Amino acid sequence: MSTETIEQPIVKEKSSEALLSKRRKRLVTDPLNEDNPISVQVLGICSALAVTVKMEPTLIMSISVVFVIVFANLIISVMRNLIPTRVRIIVQLAVIATLVTLVSEVLKAFNYEMYKVLGAFVGLIITNCIVMGRLEAFAMGNKPYDSLLDGFGSGFGYAWIILAVAFFRELFGSGSIFDFKVFEAIGLNIQNNGLMVDSIGAFMILGLIIWVQRTKTGYVEH
Amino acid sequence: MELLNLGIKAIFVENMIFAYFLGMCSFLAVSKKVSTAFGLGFAVIFVLGITVPIDWILQEYILQEGALTWISPQFADLNLEFLSFIMFIAIIASMVQLVEMVIEKFSPALYGSLGIFLPLIAVNCAILGSSLFMVQRDYTLAEATVFGIGSGIGWLLAIVALAAIREKLKYSNVPGGLKGLGITMLITGLMGIAFKSFIGIAL
Repeated sequence: MSTETIEQPIVKEKSSEALLSKRRKRLVTDPLNEDNPISVQVLGICSALAVTVKMEPTLIMSISVVFVIVFANLIISVMRNLIPTRVRIIVQLAVIATLVTLVSEVLKAFNYEMYKVLGAFVGLIITNCIVMGRLEAFAMGNKPYDSLLDGFGSGFGYAWIILAVAFFRELFGSGSIFDFKVFEAIGLNIQNNGLMVDSIGAFMILGLIIWVQRTKTGYVEH
Repeated sequence: MELLNLGIKAIFVENMIFAYFLGMCSFLAVSKKVSTAFGLGFAVIFVLGITVPIDWILQEYILQEGALTWISPQFADLNLEFLSFIMFIAIIASMVQLVEMVIEKFSPALYGSLGIFLPLIAVNCAILGSSLFMVQRDYTLAEATVFGIGSGIGWLLAIVALAAIREKLKYSNVPGGLKGLGITMLITGLMGIAFKSFIGIAL
């Protein structure tokens, strides 16, 4: 039943609109820069910072979030006409929580080391405001295929920011990238900065990234 | 004494915001006015104080491996822990609904100013985070309660302090791109350094 309902709208839309029309491309590209979920919409900062001490857990976290947001968007969008408005928050949370449980179980089975490192933060994807925000703002009122694209856009917009934060934090905090000692390899003797490993480094780096990014896009908050 | 120590630790040393970044969304969005920040802070303390002990009971008597033996010994090797995310979030969502109704009844002004952020407490990472940490750290019921309330107080302190700074910040000249979120992140970083000075405090 579910596959039918997913595919139907796509087939119908093909005739009226190209699979990757200009509008659809914007759905994916906008959240990457001009409408970035973290730096412009101020969503999902909670988990964005906690896992960014090293690149590897950050990458796993990004993949998990992209997975959850894409499928949550798709499922909610398919069911959007069946959900009564009054209980929609609970329904959305249930869908998200199910997907996150899936991610957490898969991680526990195939990469137990990473599961221990990420710990409670995998569970906290449930309360990641990006997922909730996209469901509320987009998936509840749009067709499944568009919602899917929107999920990818927002997911990747989130991913590149936290990967950027993790890059600087690992580089200056531990002197490595993906556990590869960069500074030692090129013969530089740079002292590790303890502040970067600490939560404070994350706040500072994200603040600076936002500054640079907003200056480039010309977005000013009032 | 142990409990007091845990409380102090939850409020200052392991502050939800400065050490774990939990509850950042509403921390950044509702910290523009001190009075609103106070209201949200107390709501968070209240919800945390209720949900963490309830989640503890849930974990201890229903979800944990072998927890259901109080019904019948044949459930001894039943492990329902994979349900914990859904159960915890359901408890939190219903508690938030309750708080919302109480506030609407007794303080319509506060209800109006909290607006959309009241239901958003349900997706406040600090609440779910505390429950998950409580499971991870094997607290007892008393410890879980103290930890929940302590985390809430720590969160309140942080958001009120930030709101006070941001009220003054309105009169300063911040570069365009840094306005709003950017400068707030930097301030949070500086506040985090201040909170770091509590490290090592033990009673």
